[in-house]
Amino acid sequence: MRYINHEEVASKTKKRLTKNTIFKGVFAAATTFGLIVLTILLYRIITQGSGYISLDFFTSFASRIPENSGIKAAIAGSIYLMLVVAPVSMFLGVGTAIYLEEYATKNRFNTFIKINISNLAGVPSVVFGLLGLTIFARFFDLGISILAAGLTMSLLILPIIIVASQEAIRAVPNELREASFAMGATKWQTILRVVLPASIPGILTGSILALSRAIGETAPLVVLGIPTILMFMPDGLLSTFTALPMQIFDWTKRPQVEFHDVAAGGIIVLMALLLFMNSIAVFIRNKYQNRY
Amino acid sequence: MAMNEPKQLSVQELIAQKSNRGLLAFTEKLIPKILLLIATVSVLTTIGIVFTLIFETITFFTEVNVLSFLTGTEWYPFANSTPTYGILPLIVGTLKITAIATFVAVPIGIATAIYLSEYASDRVRRIVKPVLEVLAGVPTIVYGFFALTFVTPILRSVFPEISIFNAISPGIVVGIMVIPMIASLSEDAMTSVPNAMRDGAYALGATKFEVAVKIVLPAALSGIVASIVLAISRAIGETMIVAVAAGSTPGFDWDVTGSIQTMTAYIVQVTTGDAGYGTTIYYSIYAVGFTLFLFTLFMNMLAQFISKRFREEY
Repeated sequence: MRYINHEEVASKTKKRLTKNTIFKGVFAAATTFGLIVLTILLYRIITQGSGYISLDFFTSFASRIPENSGIKAAIAGSIYLMLVVAPVSMFLGVGTAIYLEEYATKNRFNTFIKINISNLAGVPSVVFGLLGLTIFARFFDLGISILAAGLTMSLLILPIIIVASQEAIRAVPNELREASFAMGATKWQTILRVVLPASIPGILTGSILALSRAIGETAPLVVLGIPTILMFMPDGLLSTFTALPMQIFDWTKRPQVEFHDVAAGGIIVLMALLLFMNSIAVFIRNKYQNRY
Repeated sequence: MAMNEPKQLSVQELIAQKSNRGLLAFTEKLIPKILLLIATVSVLTTIGIVFTLIFETITFFTEVNVLSFLTGTEWYPFANSTPTYGILPLIVGTLKITAIATFVAVPIGIATAIYLSEYASDRVRRIVKPVLEVLAGVPTIVYGFFALTFVTPILRSVFPEISIFNAISPGIVVGIMVIPMIASLSEDAMTSVPNAMRDGAYALGATKFEVAVKIVLPAALSGIVASIVLAISRAIGETMIVAVAAGSTPGFDWDVTGSIQTMTAYIVQVTTGDAGYGTTIYYSIYAVGFTLFLFTLFMNMLAQFISKRFREEY
């Protein structure tokens, strides 16, 4: 008498193994989907826009004629914007992270701050634009200025910087803090001279990634009403300006197809800028990773 | 005896005594207060957002009936004679984009997560994960450009009835945008499933596919569902892709081949136009923004609730 029907087992096993192989292929195909899309996207943009990348493109203002259009004012505006966003968002973000990791005791208010930060990270950027329009542009009367847009962007990326800095500070081993206390250092001395230097690579990596999010962000600028055709360079924090993503948005919206190529040219510059910032972040991460 | 001995100080007390002197003590006391002040900025931001939206929305409702705003099926704010403000068409537009995006992103995102956590070698993972990070870091305006100038023409060459501005193309591209989010959050959830469970299934003769689908997927379900909910929230709030490629024709129907308008795209349309400060149209963007804010807030809290409440602890 046979207890096991070998033929049935063999046929069932074969079916299961075939299914296994097929789905391995399906999962792998899904994984390459992202890779393929990224390749197509980059290829399209480079072939479409590379014709516009020239020295003139960087040294001309925006124009009604596609061939004469450039990104001089937009590049300057984006750089000015970063000059506001980087210090403001890092000061607020790192300060909050130090407070939450080193000083905050477990009470209702501090729990509330933490929950609030994770909810703030999920607020759409266009809503931050409404905040900036109402509070910075109108209430504080900063108008459509670099400062108003910079403060709005700072608040937008604040949650990212806080979370990244918290992780970096948490990764500093307690032995370092205890050693510092044992040498007679006070808490703030320990934070300033031991914890921060040890966590600075992580903080910088997170902050640069957050800044690269800010430099490509368009929606808050649109809501603030940043102009797109600007024939002068920004000359101060309260000056009107335009920014690279804003300029790309304007060119994309235009009905003339030639402007789409100009937009692609702008996108190449923007993506190159992002690539540059991300490589710095990756470089810092790799160079200083796992020192403990 | 003990009373006669000179007062002994521990080293710790000496340090405390020393550090309590002068400037040092002052900074030690001041710094936490300054840092607390800095930390409250994030709270003030939330308060600022909520109050801005509420106040301006209230102003809007002094001019437009609340009920007709919430239940109205016609959104014609730019009509000269009788502008109507019924938000349902904008919500429907947002839902169309979100539904298409979810339809694209969920299967691909989860399949990617399964592949990365169950099948991929370390080497493959080291290549794929940065690519996904890059995909997540592409500015949304670039995705919008891609939708309008690449995806839409391709769709139109296959289905000629699709118009230049439609819901399908931006929907697909929003889906592509949130794939990395679903993939990486789901992968985190799957990787945290203990190996003992996989080994147990293998010992019983399960194939890799069976382990992935019948063991790992159910065990990581709370994390996966939370990642999907977060992705939906992102899709609802996505602005530039729809502003560029979806058009500006709010309609109360389920047509995805024609021009539509989402809540976010309406805000962009008004702020790029020249609706003056103080007009009803100006205040309407706050009412729409508030609705959008409530939608995303609900989704974010739902995601947090799911990942907390249904987490399986091993």
